Formats: sequence, structure tokens, C-alpha cells
Amino acid sequence: MPELKSMIKDHILDRPNSYIGRSVPRPNAKRLLAGRGTFTDDINLPRQTHVAFLRSTYAHAEIVSIDVSAAKESPGVVAVVTGIEMAKICSPWVGVLSHLEGLKSAPQHALAVKKASWQGEPVVAIVANSRAQAEDAIELIDIEWKELPAVTDMETALDENTPLIHPELGDNLSWQRDFDGGDVDAAFAKADNVIEETYISNRHTGVCLEARGIVADYNPGEDELTIYHSTQTPHMMQSLFAKHLDIEEHKVRVICKDVGGSYGIKVHSYPDEYATVALAYMLKRPVKFTADRLESFTTDIHARDHIIKTKVAVSNQGEIQAFEIDDLTGIGPYSVYPRTSGIEANQVVNLTGGQYTNLNYRARARVVLQNKTPMCQYRAVGHPILTMITEGMVDDAARKIGMDPVEIRRKNLIPDDAYPCKSPTGLPFENLSHHESLEKLVKMLDYDALRKDQSKARKKGIYRGIGVATFIEVTNPGPAFYGVGGASISAQDGATMRLDAKGNVIIETGVTEQGQGAEAVVAQCAASALGVTMDKIKVITGDTDITPYGGGTWGSRAAGIGGEAAVQAGKALRDNIVEVASIMLQCDPSTLDIRDNNIVDVSDGNERMPLSEIGRVCYYRPDTLPKDYQSELVVTRHYVPKKFPFAFTNGVQGCYLEVDINTGFIKFKKYAVVEDCGTVINPMLVDEQVRGGVIQGLGGALYEECLYSPEGQFLNGTMADYLVPMAVEMPDIEVGHVESPTLDSELGAKGAGEAGTGGAPATVMNAINDALYPLGGKVTAQPFTPERILAAIGAI
Amino acid sequence: MSNKIEQVQLDVDVNGEKISRMIEPRLSLVDFLRNELELTGSHVGCEHGVCGACTVLVDGVIVRGCLMLAIQTNGAEVMTIEGQSDSGAITDLQEAFHERNALQCGFCTPGMLLTSTELLQKKSDPSREEIREYLSGNYCRCTGYEAIVDAVEAVAAVRRDV
Repeated sequence: MPELKSMIKDHILDRPNSYIGRSVPRPNAKRLLAGRGTFTDDINLPRQTHVAFLRSTYAHAEIVSIDVSAAKESPGVVAVVTGIEMAKICSPWVGVLSHLEGLKSAPQHALAVKKASWQGEPVVAIVANSRAQAEDAIELIDIEWKELPAVTDMETALDENTPLIHPELGDNLSWQRDFDGGDVDAAFAKADNVIEETYISNRHTGVCLEARGIVADYNPGEDELTIYHSTQTPHMMQSLFAKHLDIEEHKVRVICKDVGGSYGIKVHSYPDEYATVALAYMLKRPVKFTADRLESFTTDIHARDHIIKTKVAVSNQGEIQAFEIDDLTGIGPYSVYPRTSGIEANQVVNLTGGQYTNLNYRARARVVLQNKTPMCQYRAVGHPILTMITEGMVDDAARKIGMDPVEIRRKNLIPDDAYPCKSPTGLPFENLSHHESLEKLVKMLDYDALRKDQSKARKKGIYRGIGVATFIEVTNPGPAFYGVGGASISAQDGATMRLDAKGNVIIETGVTEQGQGAEAVVAQCAASALGVTMDKIKVITGDTDITPYGGGTWGSRAAGIGGEAAVQAGKALRDNIVEVASIMLQCDPSTLDIRDNNIVDVSDGNERMPLSEIGRVCYYRPDTLPKDYQSELVVTRHYVPKKFPFAFTNGVQGCYLEVDINTGFIKFKKYAVVEDCGTVINPMLVDEQVRGGVIQGLGGALYEECLYSPEGQFLNGTMADYLVPMAVEMPDIEVGHVESPTLDSELGAKGAGEAGTGGAPATVMNAINDALYPLGGKVTAQPFTPERILAAIGAI
Repeated sequence: MSNKIEQVQLDVDVNGEKISRMIEPRLSLVDFLRNELELTGSHVGCEHGVCGACTVLVDGVIVRGCLMLAIQTNGAEVMTIEGQSDSGAITDLQEAFHERNALQCGFCTPGMLLTSTELLQKKSDPSREEIREYLSGNYCRCTGYEAIVDAVEAVAAVRRDV
């Protein structure tokens, strides 16, 4: 950091009264505490109607005929629209990106036209004066189906005798990627030990407490669509709605108020949401859609359905010599638009083993189609899977040679002084801290004491285990993620800052808030760069008519990218304000600064005038300024990472748990995380991202699973049947930090939102297997339910 | 076939205000509060009594607004997050949640606050385990719960000292 800091005059981290590094509470949280948030379903517009969807009850079936005549006569019904009618208004899409070479998918419609390809696919839209009336009318639709054989098992999806989901594609293989680096065959041939294993990551989903929702209105007088949407990406959605309804993009306004959880679920585009917008366009009046919980389970994207065969080579001295993986993943019937369903497997190929010095690495990933809910990116995209297999393999290796799991990591993690360097797949690592982080975790856990406790407990027949998992995480994505593949997804983000007449500051930013604290972090960055207190700042997000064009919040990008844009906007506005002040005070601008809402002398901090005086003069009495001078109290600055395609972060998680070998239940005794996300802007918010992320990761590892019958029927579509982590089962989590800032920005912040989720499944798996080792048991298939644990030790 | 549904009269006290409405008997309490009274602080999460986002007080006891029909509250007193918040009764809890960042997206928060309020009325010094147990009918996907437990624990301590 010193290198860059010395190069930048007035570096953000050197500002007086800086908010960077301070645990400031989120200003926007108060309305939520008062029950005064505005979630999408809270919005009601004049003449509003409600849409409900008749959805396919089959996983795969042809539509023979649809009779909607009775439904149209049902009380309160405004319109009933089928797929054929919808297709005239809303064009289909294909979820591919050019940089995922060979990825294929079929055209997908807002409402199924000829056949339905998963249980839950929307088929007919019913618009009525209330949701209940729309649902009443669904019952009156007479639809004849011809059931087709469903492709549900990904292991047989590519077999010759398996039916094709989209015959025009030629097979059920959506995409395949192969990588071969170093000399893998030679490494395995000469290895002292080779260990093979199969790991299974279960299909699960986001379970946002606020279901997906959208309220769309069309004003024919202006030919304008206004869309209130629970989304992470307003500008992306603006672009997609405009494209598929064939309306000019600036005629579509997407407004995103409070979002009740997203985690990647709300970063995608959904058929029922296109349909709702198209219905508003057709009917020229507002239409609201709010998914119910069953619709959420069967139509929100699912994620992480993978079977991975692994092979690791290790010397007797503990040197890891090669990794080989073969990943098979089922993504449902379509690659999801516009981010595609190839990214998760791509991450697995790109990043497995990336924290280790070993460069002999071979990977294959096959992405196959199925008649299940479409699968796509969910918090920590791919990382929970790739960290589970990487750290599973490393523990497999350690166990084989009888080495302590911390010791084998010390021996093989990339040294902290090796940077910059590259991953086996050629991805650049700027500056990571695996060893410092690991040593810190070892201390936080009091690792040696835990080992002693473990061995004492074992003598009493109590089975406790320690799990450790190191990880890397992709954050601050540049255009390499989506833009280069042709997607209308902004990699760049901006901040517009305005000093108003009373000395307050309004910031509009392209990143969005879903509770992580993006608005607070942007305000902290702006306040620090400008020299004002937080209470003077108002942050506006989530409105495509107002904010700078941007990418929104996903991929751990809001703080690192949106924060840096706010820093640069704050500095530029400060220059402009100081310039005005220097004219008013008739002094050199270099002698002035802004601190605590006042113009001050740099030398001694003496207050010269408040910012409200600058506002008063510039707006109300510009006649008192020189005639050839024009003040500018609004500035916009943008930022996109340029030196690196993304900013890698790293960290390590560890836990200590007890397995009840009679019931298969586990109980956490300790959980600790060390996270290196570069400059920490708000320690409390970062810690809470880590904690929430870990718990979300533990959900997938321990409880959550989308269960299907062989016919593709979703079996557990209620929150009583699909289990999520609740307060009583979850541990307190100690969070520590190492700070290795990125030099790609002045701020140096990397992303922190996903790392907790990425590392948790591996950590708990390794701990369970450590506990079960003396009993000869091992679990490799998530979720690690009591049943699977008992089966692993032969108790059932 | 007709779907016409007879309406029935509901007389209920909501946040201290006497309300009389004709409603469909099938209308749930939370839909009544949200759609008829525009009290949108009570949220609909799962619609089958698992997630706790729709928690409100009926005659002083927390209930699931999605599992109770609106007509069942005839003659009762209903208190929502808006009423509790405006009355100032839970200001300390709200401030503790804010200071500790015991909320992220805020969708579960009204339910968490009302459930915590009931816990603290029943028990002035709950242990962390007891807080976790009591809040286990309220789902939060964002926080991982620890900050919420911290906030409730902190308020209990302050209230005991007063």
C-alpha cells in the first residue's frame, strides 16, 4: 500500500476525520426497523391489477390444448393470456455468452409455447383485480397435456437412450470445458500416494425471505414503462425489458426500492417477470406479480447440483503434486439468461486448487440439461463446491500420509511473498495472505488446545472434530465476467455527488442496496473524501432514470467498485468546492481543505466558513463571484478495475464440532474466520457479511436440498419441508482480518459479501470427517444430514 | 360456475384505532393488514407459519398473521410493527438492532422485534441459548442471527439495570 499511497496526493486513507475503517451503523436501516421499508409488494399503483400464473404440473410435457373461456368469465378477471399470445409481444431469449465457447441453450419464452420443460414453468397468465381472483380463475382453465419422459438424473442425461430435452440441440450437453496444466500424468505416475474420491454438492436455492416481485406500469401517452422490481441489477433489467419488448431503452425505467434478500437469486431475469411487464404493456395499466413460496421454490434459480470425481497426488513428505477433477452438473432445461448457467462450473474449473503452489492440474466440467428448475449463479458462485473439493482433497492427502491438516496447508499454500503470481489456470493473484491468515486462525481457534481436548474426549467416547478450509474468492469483477461475452451488464459504476444550497450532499450511485450496507459504505467513502459528516449525506440507489449507469450489486462488487467511484467523486467535488472557497477567501486553494462540513486552513485546521456558505453564495448570490467564474457543485466519477480482471481475496475458516454418534446430530463448539478483503471500510458490516455468509453456507452443507422424484416432481416446496438454518442451531462466529489492499484502486477495498458462504461447507465437512475418522466414517455428499452421518459410520 | 364470495363484517382495534370493514372470510390477517389497511410493515414470507415475517400481536400475544384469518380478530386488539414503533415501546430494541447491525435486508426485522419484545417481557435475563431458542420461529437469511442475539442480550441487560 505505501507505494501507491505515496503516489497519490491526499490519499483517501490519510484524510482527517476519515470514516474508512469505522463501524458506522447503516443510516438507511432505521426505516426498516420502524416497519417503514418499501419492498416491492408494498407498492400499489392506481388501477393496479394482479397476475397469477398457471404453471406446468409436469416436469416435461407437451401442451395439446388450452381452453381459457371459463376463466375469462370468472369474477374480477381482466385478461387471460397464453404463450402464443405472449410471444407476439415479448421475444424469446437464449442464455449463452460468447466467451463460454460452445455453450448452447434453446430459445426460452416468457410463457411456455409448445411444451413445458420443468415443473413450475409459467404457461398461462391470468390478470385480475386481486391475486385471489386470479388464482380462482386458474382453476377454471382447461389444459390438456401430453406427458413426455423427464430427464432428471444428470448422470444419465448424456446416455444414448436418454430422450433429448431440446432435440434441435442434438444432445443434452449444454457445455463442456476442459483444462490441462503442467504435467498431470507424470505427477500421478511418480507420486507416493494417489487418493480418489467422489464429492456431491446438493441442489439448493436462495430462499429470500421476500419472494421475487415486480409491479409494472405502461403509459401509452409517453410510450414509457415504469417497473418497480426487487432486483440487484436495475440497469441490466432495463436493457433486457427494452430489448424483449422492443422499446427504446430510455423509455424503460426500473426502480428498485428495498430488496428483502437476494444473494444472487435476484440478479437473473425470470420468465414470469418478463410476462408481467409485457402484460402491463398489453393492458396499458399496472400489473403486479409477487411470487408465493411454492413459486419461489420451483422458479427461483437453484444452484450447486454437482457430482465431482477427484484425484490428488501427494508425496510422503506432504507435497501436493497434482489435482485432477471431473465435474458433472445439471442445470435444468435452459441456461439462464443473461448470465448463463455455465459460470458455476467455469468457476470450479478455474479456481480449484488455486491457493496452492501445485501447478499440475487437470479439470473437466460437463454441464447437462435436465427437466428440473433452471440452475444459475447463487451467492459465492461455484466457490462452495470448489472449496469443498479442494479442501476435501487436501484433507484426504493429509489423512493418507498421517500429517496434520494445518501442517499440510502450511507446506503447500502459496507463500505470502510470492505475489504477484498466477493460479494453475493462469488467473492473476495480486496480493494474498494465506499464511498470515492461517496462522491467525490457528491462534483464534487455539488449535493445539482443541487437539488435546479432542483426544481427551475420544477416550470418553465423545467424537469431536476440527475442520479447516482455506479459500480464494473472486471479487470486484471487471468486464471479463459478462461484458466480454456480449451481455448488457455494466462492469463500470459511477457516483454523482451534489452539494446543495444548505451544505448537504446527495449521492446517486449505480450500485444497489439489498441490506449488505452498500449505501452506508458509499456514504462513508464519499464523506471521507469530501470532508463532511455522515449525517450530511443522502445516498440514492436503484433508479435507472436517476443514478449513473451501473452494474448494481453482485459478485462482491459494491464496496470495491461503488466505493471507489464515491471516493473519486468526493475528491473531485472537494476540489471544486475548495476552488470556490479560495476565490471567496482570496487565498491559494492549496491552503484550504474541507473538514467536518467546514472550509478550513490546511495548516492549522482553523475554520474559515461552513459549506452552507458555499452553497448560499453559489446558488443564491453567484453575482458576488467573479463574472468569468462558474462554480460546479455537481460532479460524476466512474470506476472500473483495469489492472486486474478481478480482485482475488483469500481467507480461512475453522470450526470445532461434536458429532452425536447415536443421533447423527452435530453441535458447533467453535467457529472462526479470518478474511482478507483488502481495506476494510466498515469492520462491523464486513464481519456481518462474513457471519451471514457462513450461516448461508452451513445451510447448504447441513440442511438444504431441493428434492425431486424420478419424474421431476419437486418434493419439498414448503419451508416446513425444505430446512434452512434457524437461530438455535447456529454458532457464534469469531471474525478476524488481514488487510492486503488491491492496488487497482485508491481505496484498496476488495469484496467481502460471498467469502463466508464459499468456505463454510468445506470447513464443516472436514470437521465432521475429522470427528468420524476413528470410527472409519466419512461423508462426502451434502447436505451432511444426521441420516448420512449415521450411514457413514455404519449405524444405520 | 360462480366464484362470488359473501363478505362478512369485521370490527377490530388495530394499533389503537377502531376499524370496521366488510371482508371475505377467507382473507388472512396479514393480507388484511397489508392490503386493506396498507400497514405494510408486516411481511409475507412463507404463508404457512414457518418464517415469522408476518408476526403481529393479537391481544398482546404474538401470532402468525398468515395462519390467522382476519375475521378471527373480530373484537380483538391487533398491534403491528407500525403501532409498536410509533408508540415508542420498543425504541431501545430498535436502537440496539441499529447499533449492532442486527438487520440486513430488514424483511424479517418487524417479526424479530415483536418476538424479541415478547421474550423480554417473559424473561428479563435470557441466556444466549434461550434467545436463540425463542427466535427460532423467525427466519433470517442475512445476518446469521448472532447480531440479533447480541442486540436482544444488550437490551435485556440495560433494562435490568434501569
